[in-house]
Amino acid sequence: MSILTLLFYAIALLIVVATAMAVTRRNMVHAVLYLVLSFFGTAMLFYLLGAPFLAALEIIIYAGAIMVLFLFLIMMIRLKTLPGMFFPVGQLLPAILISAGFLVVSSVMVGRNPAGWAPMPAAQASPLAFGVYLFQTHWLAVEIASMLLLVALVGAYVLGRRVRGPSADAREEAP
Amino acid sequence: MDTLLGLIVLLIKIAVMLGGLLLAASYLVWLERKLLARLQIRLGPNRAGIFGLLQPIADAIKLLTKEDIVPSAADGFIFRLAPAVVAVTALLMFAVVPLGPDIRVFGRAVPMVITDLNVGLLFVFALSSLGVYGVALGGWASNSKFALLGGIRGAAQMISYELALGLSLVPVVMLAGSFSLTTIVDAQAGIPFIVLQPVSFAIFVISAMAESKRIPFDLPEAENELGAGFHTEYSGMRFGLFFLGEYVHIQVLGALTAVFFLGGWHGPLLPPVVWLMLKIFIVAVIMIWIRGTLPRLRYDQLMALGWKVLIPASLINIVVTGAFIQFGTI
Repeated sequence: MSILTLLFYAIALLIVVATAMAVTRRNMVHAVLYLVLSFFGTAMLFYLLGAPFLAALEIIIYAGAIMVLFLFLIMMIRLKTLPGMFFPVGQLLPAILISAGFLVVSSVMVGRNPAGWAPMPAAQASPLAFGVYLFQTHWLAVEIASMLLLVALVGAYVLGRRVRGPSADAREEAP
Repeated sequence: MDTLLGLIVLLIKIAVMLGGLLLAASYLVWLERKLLARLQIRLGPNRAGIFGLLQPIADAIKLLTKEDIVPSAADGFIFRLAPAVVAVTALLMFAVVPLGPDIRVFGRAVPMVITDLNVGLLFVFALSSLGVYGVALGGWASNSKFALLGGIRGAAQMISYELALGLSLVPVVMLAGSFSLTTIVDAQAGIPFIVLQPVSFAIFVISAMAESKRIPFDLPEAENELGAGFHTEYSGMRFGLFFLGEYVHIQVLGALTAVFFLGGWHGPLLPPVVWLMLKIFIVAVIMIWIRGTLPRLRYDQLMALGWKVLIPASLINIVVTGAFIQFGTI
């Protein structure tokens, strides 16, 4: 067992534990923090597997931007902790079904290719190589994703406009 | 043997860097108090030692010996964690800042940087975006209205200006062709990027100042409306850590401005490390000067400046830079 293998399992354990803690916390801020810890684990895993660029992006986008936004909303809304079961049955069942399905599909995909079981050689992808590969081989997927984001942006804009009626300004003007 | 030697060299470099940073941070406080006092026609600290030079040491002793109070309604663990997040993220950024060209010690090349990551710029950016957790969580965990408002403002402000900060550095990466801070400095051996990218420089300085939460962007701690904002409930050295984080952040800002736009350690006559320190010093003095001069922005002005001016300007700047690289002579 090499040191890389040890590191891999330690980080994997960290990710699993942090994520489990995140989905079972009743305090939303604690849940967000455990999720951030789990993203840190994922970033470390990316770095370990030789993708420093992805590791940095994982931290910047997920831990640094999206989770800050979550935290911001939780702090603004100040949710009251509800009594009763944390997971209502109506949410629990679909969650279990979807994750079981995902587990089956991913294990079948890993198992189908015997090369997937071979240990990976140590390598590191430079940001330049990663960019060239992404935009030469998978440019269509990148374009589709950016189109999706544009649609989401326009949608958010439309939703944001509808709430603010023309009367809001008029009310503000009146002393 | 080589591994052990490398480890020893690394530990020495980290120790020197941390020691220097903390010392500089405490004297930056002195410099700021002195300069602000002169700008406001006062004398500033002048009791402890000649010119008040022992004041930072007196302050440090005072902070360390004060009682550490955790409010009973606070979330204990997060309350204790938040100041450390602010200080650690600020200190860690210096791990990728190159202080000079490689030097030779006993025939071995020793790089004058703790670690030359090939994603160094993104590393700095990631740490700067994590620094907001200290502010937001400190404000939330205090369980106080003023602190919470400060924390929320901090989170909103950081999200808004992070985008402009990141986009303003894209042209620098395009010109240098690398995320590594060492390569970016090397690319400025001839002309510093401030000459080629004045717009980028302006956007970077404005949004980096917003990230460091100083006047005119100090809404998270606006003392005349929020007490002390996110650190209202902190006392003793935990407050000291927030303070330390702020002053290390000024040095970070100076170092990053120097590395990305002012040519890093490049300069005639003087040794490279001196040039870098000189550039950091100049940026720090300008920031103190700005603090003594400008009023605080209103919240809507802050948001409008970030989203409606800086982000569009940086996007246009990226396109123009791309056109110049493709068709021009840069």
